[in-house]
Amino acid sequence: MYKLWLIPALPFIGFLINGIFGRKLPKMVTNLVAVGSVVLAFLWVLFVGNQCDWGAKPLHAHYFTWIRSGAFHVGWDFAVDKLTMIMLMIVTGIGSLIHIYATGYMEHEEGYYRFFAYLNLFMFFMLNLVLGGNYLILFVGWEGVGLCSYLLIGFYFVKKSATTAGNKAFIVNRIGDFGFSLAMFLIVVTFGTLDFTKVFAAAPGKPVAVLTAIALLMLLGATGKSAQIPLYVWLPDAMEGPTPVSALIHAATMVTAGVYMCSRSAVIFLHAPIAMETVAIIGLLTAVFAATIGITQYDIKKVFAYSTVSQLGYMFLGVGVGAFSAGVWHLMTHAFFKALLFLGAGSVIHACHGEQDMRHMGGLRKYAPKTMAVLACASLAIAGFPGTSGFFSKDAILGAAYEHAPWMFWVGVITAGMTAFYVWRAFWMTFWGEYKGHGHPHESPWSMLGPLVVLAFLSLFGGFLFNVPKILESMFPIKEVENEAMLTGISVAAGLLGIGISYYMYVMNTELPGKIANGLGGLYRLVYDKYRVDEAYDTAVVTPLVEGSRAVLWHGVDQGVIDGTVNGVGYQARAIGHILKTLQSGNIRSYATWVAVGAVALLLALGLGGGVK
Amino acid sequence: MDPSAAMEMLKHGVPTSWYLTLSAILFSIGVAGFIIRRNIITVFMCIELMLNAVNLSFIAFAHQHKQVSGHLFTFFVMVVAAAEAAVGLAIILTVFKNRSTLNIDEINTLKN
Repeated sequence: MYKLWLIPALPFIGFLINGIFGRKLPKMVTNLVAVGSVVLAFLWVLFVGNQCDWGAKPLHAHYFTWIRSGAFHVGWDFAVDKLTMIMLMIVTGIGSLIHIYATGYMEHEEGYYRFFAYLNLFMFFMLNLVLGGNYLILFVGWEGVGLCSYLLIGFYFVKKSATTAGNKAFIVNRIGDFGFSLAMFLIVVTFGTLDFTKVFAAAPGKPVAVLTAIALLMLLGATGKSAQIPLYVWLPDAMEGPTPVSALIHAATMVTAGVYMCSRSAVIFLHAPIAMETVAIIGLLTAVFAATIGITQYDIKKVFAYSTVSQLGYMFLGVGVGAFSAGVWHLMTHAFFKALLFLGAGSVIHACHGEQDMRHMGGLRKYAPKTMAVLACASLAIAGFPGTSGFFSKDAILGAAYEHAPWMFWVGVITAGMTAFYVWRAFWMTFWGEYKGHGHPHESPWSMLGPLVVLAFLSLFGGFLFNVPKILESMFPIKEVENEAMLTGISVAAGLLGIGISYYMYVMNTELPGKIANGLGGLYRLVYDKYRVDEAYDTAVVTPLVEGSRAVLWHGVDQGVIDGTVNGVGYQARAIGHILKTLQSGNIRSYATWVAVGAVALLLALGLGGGVK
Repeated sequence: MDPSAAMEMLKHGVPTSWYLTLSAILFSIGVAGFIIRRNIITVFMCIELMLNAVNLSFIAFAHQHKQVSGHLFTFFVMVVAAAEAAVGLAIILTVFKNRSTLNIDEINTLKN
């Protein structure tokens, strides 16, 4: 009816064209195919959104039956309701902008066509993920975006660090995906189907313990994909990928898949209070934890990476306290301003000839004023400055958190202050002061700045334009928050305070940060080293696993059993041959002797056996 | 068996077993010569001896069973032996030309 299949099919065609013929195509055509396919998908989403009657049931399209086993059916189904629609808009809209930006950013890179082929493939899987009408289709997209993430993190595969980061992302996600698979098995066992509508209709009647188990396993999946404690470690390393990838996959879309999945499964979560509480606490912990790390980092992309982890924590806090629509709202506004932050960072890095360390930047407001202006918009939005998009969504989450448990609100406010601080710290370090890098910094081309301007507009006014809780009211009822004005005031004050402190520390009194860092000593080192979580994981999990694999699986099983069997057969054949080869002396008379002996032996045997009958 | 009894038996023709015994003796001489002697020509003659020992037993059985197939086989064997003699002697000549020896133990280039 609405040809929903067209939405993912368009980027897939783009992937096929660029992936197969890209090497031979001129850059113009590659651009046109890559950007065009995504923009067309975006236009089709707008068309469907415009034509569809949203008062009625969700759109549902069944294409074919994929798996049929007894009473158990899984079809290739797409379903579109308002939540899906919002996700579709974000994915294709932000995706289009980032594709356009990437044509400028990646212009001088090797493997240009490969980059766009992967990016289009990512769009295909991401759209499958959000369009899927059952858990299995969602899972197909879920795995597919993981694959593309891996491919794109390791895009500069001649760099060891990039391939390592890609592997890390893939393997860590594997742990989460394992949880998600188990959740699906449990759903099949409990409900006998994977269809969203049927599962959610039957969920209220099922035992709480089972629903809690399902929800917790889903949460494990979400912590992997959406970089939450304990599986967040891959995301900061994922910044090895090109900056548009960081913006699209590791900030705006893929990493929010966990939030989408939890919101989609809201019915299950709502019937599992313990799981909800766990979601909220994990989200909150991640938000604080990542924010403290973000404060100390010097690599501009690392700062924003930890910021992403922290903001994702906010979204999970929203989901966990029952404000699903607020979580999705923050998902959307975050997509705007974090994509902008990353793309802006890319523009800054571009301007500084590939430099990522903020200590070697500074003073860029003279050289790249347009980049500065758009980054200021994004920084205001993430700091929750009143009127900007981030203000609305963050406020909605914090208000819901206060209703749930006041302490969560206060931790959230502290995090908001820290968020404002580290983002503006990056801003001041980059644009204020004197330029400390090498070469002559320059402004970026318009193919890069254009999308930034659009995103800046959305970062500032996205909150007014799209009131997500209002749109999703039929799915997730809005809870009224008491003392809303006071709570809003407190969180805004925290944000402004963060901006103010960062201004004081990094513009007015630039000696101060060093002194504080020295004063804190060990504590500062600990935070700067990211709490040494990576090292702890290495010691506790990675090293034993690698050593165990080396000793048992490699030396024991592979070299001992498998190689031993294969080589053993060879050795035995050779040993037997060694004995038999003495017969082949090359001496005719010895051959004749053997023939004679053989003949005699045969005759004797025949004779003893009673002769030939 | 005393001589008179033997003479009595011979009146009815020589018994087949005697032919067979002779054939076996000739064959064994051939085999022994093949194994023991080093000169290729001697070895070759030993092969001929073995073939003819077999011919003898064919003929003896043909006579005993009054069937012609034994003779047929003998003719085949003789044809093969003649052909073999032609080829074999040619090979021996070539070997001697190239190596100046007819010692069979020194002609072992097919080894390895």
